[in-house]
Formats: sequence, C-alpha cells, structure tokens
Amino acid sequence: MASNKNQNKPTQTRVENLDHSPKKAMLLSIIPGMGQIYNKRKLKGIALFILFAAFAFVMFDFVASGLQGLVTLGTEPRVDDSRVFLIEGILALLFTIFYAALYWINIQDAKNEAQKIRYGWKPGGVVENFKNSWDTAFPYVLIGPGFGLLVFVVILPLLFMGFLAFTNYNLYNAPPRNLLSWVGFENFIRLVTLSEWRETFLSVLTWTITWTFVATTLQIALAMFLAILTNDKRIKAKKLIRTVLILPWAVPGFVTIIIFSALFNDNFGAINTDIIQPLFNTTIPWMTEVMWSRIAIIMIQVWLGFPYVYALFSGVLQGISDDWYEAAEMDGASRWQKFTNITFPHLMFATGPLLLTQYTFNFNNFNIIYLFNEGGPAVRGQNAGGTDILISWVYNLTFTNSQFSMAAAISLILGIIVATFAFFQFRRSRSFKEEGNM
Amino acid sequence: MNKLFKKISSNQMNRKQKSRFEVGLIYLVLAVMFVIIAYPLFWAFAMSMNTTSNLYAASLSPENWSLENFKWLFTSPRSDYLLWYRNTLFVSTVVTVVTTLTVSFVAYAFSRYRFKGRKNGLYAFLLLQMFPVLMAMVALYILLNIVGLLDNLWGLILIYIGGGIPMNAFLVKGYFDTLPKSLDESAKMDGAGHFRIFFQILLPLAKPILSVVALFNFMTPFMDFILPRIVLRSPENYTLALGLYNFVNAQFSNNFSRFAAGAVLIAVPIATVYLMLQKYLISGLASGATKG
Repeated sequence: MASNKNQNKPTQTRVENLDHSPKKAMLLSIIPGMGQIYNKRKLKGIALFILFAAFAFVMFDFVASGLQGLVTLGTEPRVDDSRVFLIEGILALLFTIFYAALYWINIQDAKNEAQKIRYGWKPGGVVENFKNSWDTAFPYVLIGPGFGLLVFVVILPLLFMGFLAFTNYNLYNAPPRNLLSWVGFENFIRLVTLSEWRETFLSVLTWTITWTFVATTLQIALAMFLAILTNDKRIKAKKLIRTVLILPWAVPGFVTIIIFSALFNDNFGAINTDIIQPLFNTTIPWMTEVMWSRIAIIMIQVWLGFPYVYALFSGVLQGISDDWYEAAEMDGASRWQKFTNITFPHLMFATGPLLLTQYTFNFNNFNIIYLFNEGGPAVRGQNAGGTDILISWVYNLTFTNSQFSMAAAISLILGIIVATFAFFQFRRSRSFKEEGNM
Repeated sequence: MNKLFKKISSNQMNRKQKSRFEVGLIYLVLAVMFVIIAYPLFWAFAMSMNTTSNLYAASLSPENWSLENFKWLFTSPRSDYLLWYRNTLFVSTVVTVVTTLTVSFVAYAFSRYRFKGRKNGLYAFLLLQMFPVLMAMVALYILLNIVGLLDNLWGLILIYIGGGIPMNAFLVKGYFDTLPKSLDESAKMDGAGHFRIFFQILLPLAKPILSVVALFNFMTPFMDFILPRIVLRSPENYTLALGLYNFVNAQFSNNFSRFAAGAVLIAVPIATVYLMLQKYLISGLASGATKG
C-alpha cells in the first residue's frame, strides 16, 4: 500500500519548475519565513516569522544585557552580583547560539524546499504538511526534556567553571560584597610561577599521576593473574570462587573505605595491633606519615578495584577457543609464550577501552582519598595534604579555603587531561566509528 | 623393556605430582585472597554485632553477639537513621522515575530516528559521559547557592538526574538497537503513531534494560557520598551515606559499631542485588561503554 503511494505520486505531479530559484528562497529567508512564503507555504512561513520575531522581541533585552554583563561583570559593588551576571551572560550566550542554529536551519530549509519545487515537487495540503512537520519534529520532542536538563545541570556548570577560571574570585574578593573582574590567564600563571602554588601543584600533580598509574596497573595485574588462575581447567567450584572474588565490587565503596580507615588506624586499627605489632614488634604510622598513607591507599584501591576488571577478564578468557592453545602446544610453546602470544593480546583487544576508563576513574577517584583520611596527613609548606590528588585538592580549595577561581583553573586543567584520555578512547573503540558512519 | 616402562611411568608420576602441586598452589593463592577479601567485611559485621560501642574493647568472637546496635539505630531518639533513610528514599524515588522516563525518550530518538544533529548529539553525549559532574563542583556549589538549592534535596535530585542522563541513555540506546526495526515499521504501516509505537511496542520489550537502569539509579543515592557532601549542609537533610560518615567521623572509636550496623543494613541488600545481576551489569556496562 504505502510503497504504491510513493511510486505513484512523483509521476502524477512531476512538472519541473525551473523558474523557482533556491537562491532567492535563501536570500528571502534572511527575514525568517519569507523564503517559505516564496515556496508557497504561507502558513508555515507566517508561523516561522511569528515565532522568530516573538523570540527576538522577548529575549532581546535579556540577551543584550546578559552579554553586556558578561563583559563588565557588574559596575556597582554591593548592588551588582558578578556571579549572577556571569550566569545570565552564559545563558544569553547559549540562547544566542541556539537562535543562530535555528536561523541557519530556517535558511537551509527554504533552500531545500525550493530545490525540490524546482524539480517538480508540490507541497501537499495543510493536514499533510502538518503531519510531515510533526514527523520531523518528533525526535526533537523526545530529546527535548533530557537535553534541557543536560544543558542546565551539566553544560551550564561546566561553562561557568570555565569562565570562573579567568576571574579573581577568592575569599577576599567575593561577591556580592565585591565585584569580580576578568584577569585573563593570571590564575594559571600564578599556579606555575608563584612558589607557594607551584610547589603544591607540582607535588599534587606528580602524586596524582603516580597514584593513577600504580593503583590502576596493580589492579589490572592482580585481576589478570586471578582470572588466569581461576580459568584453569583443574580448578573446581569456579562459580563460588568467582562470586567471592567479585564481592568487593558489590559492597558500596564508602562503607569499605571507612572500614579500612578504621583497620588502618595508627592507634587502635586491627592491622597494627593484630598483625604488625605481634609480628614485627612495631607499629606503622599509616595515617600520619605520607609514604605509609600512600601505600595504604594504593593497597585499598587494589582491593576495591580489581574485581570489576577480574570479571571482565574472566568473561574474555572463557571465550578464547581451546584450539589456539592446542595448536600452540603442538608447536611446543611454553606457558609464558602462550600467555604473551594468545592470552594477553586477547584480553587487551577485548577490554582495552574499558581499562582506559579505569585509569580515568582513578585519576578522579575522590572517594577513597577523602574518606580514608581527608587527603592527609598535612605536609609542611603546602596547602594540600600528602595524599591529596588534584580533584580532592580542588575540593579543599573550594570548601575550606574559598579559592574559587584557583579551584576552577585546576578543574580546567583536570578537564583537559581527561579530554585527552577521552580522545584516545574514541579512537580505540572501533564500534563507535561504525556507528558514527550510519 | 621393563626399564623403559618404569621410566615412562615415573615420568607420568612426576607430571601428575607436578600438576597436583600446581593445583594446590592455585588453591593456596585463592585461599589467601579469600582471607584478604573476607577479613574486613567480616570484621565490620562482627563490629556491628558487638554490644560495646567502643572500638578498643570490641572483640571478634561471636560469643556475645547481639542486635543492640541495630535496635539503637531505629529506636534511640538520638539516632537520625530513619530520617536519613527517608531522605534517601525520597531522592532515590524521584531520581529513578524521572531518569528512566527521560532516558528512554532520548534513547528511543537516538536509536530509531535519523534526524539532523543526531551524530553530533551522540558525540556530545559520549564526551559528557567522560566528565564526572564532580569536576564542576566549584560551579555547582556557587550555582546552587545562588538559586537557593544548596542544602536542599531537590538540588541533589537535579544533579543526579542531569549527570546520569548520558551514561544511561547509552545503555538503553544500545538495547533498543538490538530490537528488530521490522516491529515498529509494521506497526507504522498499520497506522500507529509515534507515541503508540513507543509505549505499546518498544517500551514493553525494553523492560529488562529499563529495570536495570531504574535499579541502578535507585541505588546510587544510597551509595553516593560526594554529591550529598557538596550539596547538603544541615543534618536533617543528610542522606544515608553522608549521615553515617559524619556520625562515625564525629567520634570515631565510640560510634564505630553503630556505624557498622547502619552500614551493614545498606551493604547487604545492595551487595545481593549486585551479585545477582553481576553478569548482566558487567557485560551491559561493558557493551554500553564500548559500543556507544
């Protein structure tokens, strides 16, 4: 039925109309709706014109004052709140972009329709047109609510943070009492030139990178080791073993970290009183010495993080065909050769992008740092604790030191690092590329 | 002849012994791992059953275990556990309902329609998924402060919903993609509208993934500590994780066994759900992350 309809229609009405110019339609569309009227779609044209005009009329004041406010950030201290100016400015900016995109689509639409008319297409009746535009608009209606939420809850804060990094918002210069002003890259420059900032920044950055690399790699190595052991054919009760090994993943992280911070406590923790003391007749200052705190945190993270990777690896290992190993055995391959040539490549190929997410996760793993001992112990001469990673340092700068601009600047650096990781992950996941081509 | 036979058999013996030794070694390693995994969990459980709330005097032996700590949580006028529980339940319910609905709309659009901006939209979602909401905490703190949603459960709810959309949308989209398109095409031919196809055909088929998304979103507020920490200020607004943390932090050694009791009550149901759904969760998350 439907296909029949489609076949008949063009043959019935195909009268080429070469006088109808797409260019003219485009030019007329500079005033929204005029192009559509030229295309003999009066109702659509009028509706578009009213919509665009109404939006422009209603929003003009808001956008103009918003953009102006974004430049000045307020002029009267105590009356103007720079933060509000900043937010209104960002909203005005977003609205402008949105409006411009719609404007562009309007011009394109007039052009496309004119082109179709030129080659003999005729717009149908009002009802059919209305149904068609409902069909085109439907996916946007579906996405609308989710997208709106995303704009206000995720994109707006991220942009706000980005702008904040270039202002001078701190404890002594805080709205609404004072006005903020744009300071360009000053925060970033201070971060690397002023000795008090530079030393802290460098030591936190080094520890963040070490932490990410060591904790995640150990996690993966342990997971791989255990996955290979439990995949051995001679082992029985595999299901039970796997369940127990996955247990740390199933228990909520904040609970286990607090339990561990009790176990590692210098004075009454079970690890000191029950294990270290009887065996070595000494106690280890897990909470008060930087090096031991770092070791403890890495060990805890390995405990917390290996099960997920283990589960992934187990799944992959079960899928590797025995033929590979039998063929290798025929050729007299040693165990190590089988591992490096069969098992390891299989694991990496199947889970590569996911392992990368493990690294980004630990890079921003605020939970463990904060819950273990709030980034401590304190280190002399710097305003971050010994186990503070960048994200927990940002937290401290925001909530205890009120160094908002600096916190935003560091967050921005964090964001750039994560974006680089994200880029590599994009490239590595082939299936997304396939999807993108659709 | 006899010698050769002996040699072969001893060789076999050797190999058998070696194999047995290896298996023993593997079991030994696994046993050590079991102890390392079980010890902290068992210790916490034992703490929660201890009558003394003091960490110094607590013992691990099950001789004088009791449920006193649990009783304290629910009955003592000094305990806010039920209040925290109610707050968390409220946040969880709203987040679950709103997220599941919006996410299934978004996923349906991305999976079934080809529209302008679709590809860019997918890219944007994938990119946003990489950035935890936490990264913008400075901005969130100031923004919520200005609009008056700081120290308000609705502020927390908004962040949970918005932050969860990209990731969840990908999970559900991946599932929609596996459902045959011929289903909705034949329904369209029979004259069903967009909403009808969605609500009467696709949504019922997507029940498994939607229940996982719902369950996940429901559990998040019970486990999450950071966002409540940033958003909530006054004790009467605390969610469970934040409340328990502040409770144990106030007087570490004295409150610990009560904390342990409260934690066991959260951890046991959540761990059960995770273990039951482990296969589904791990493979589902994996395909959601790589497939896009």
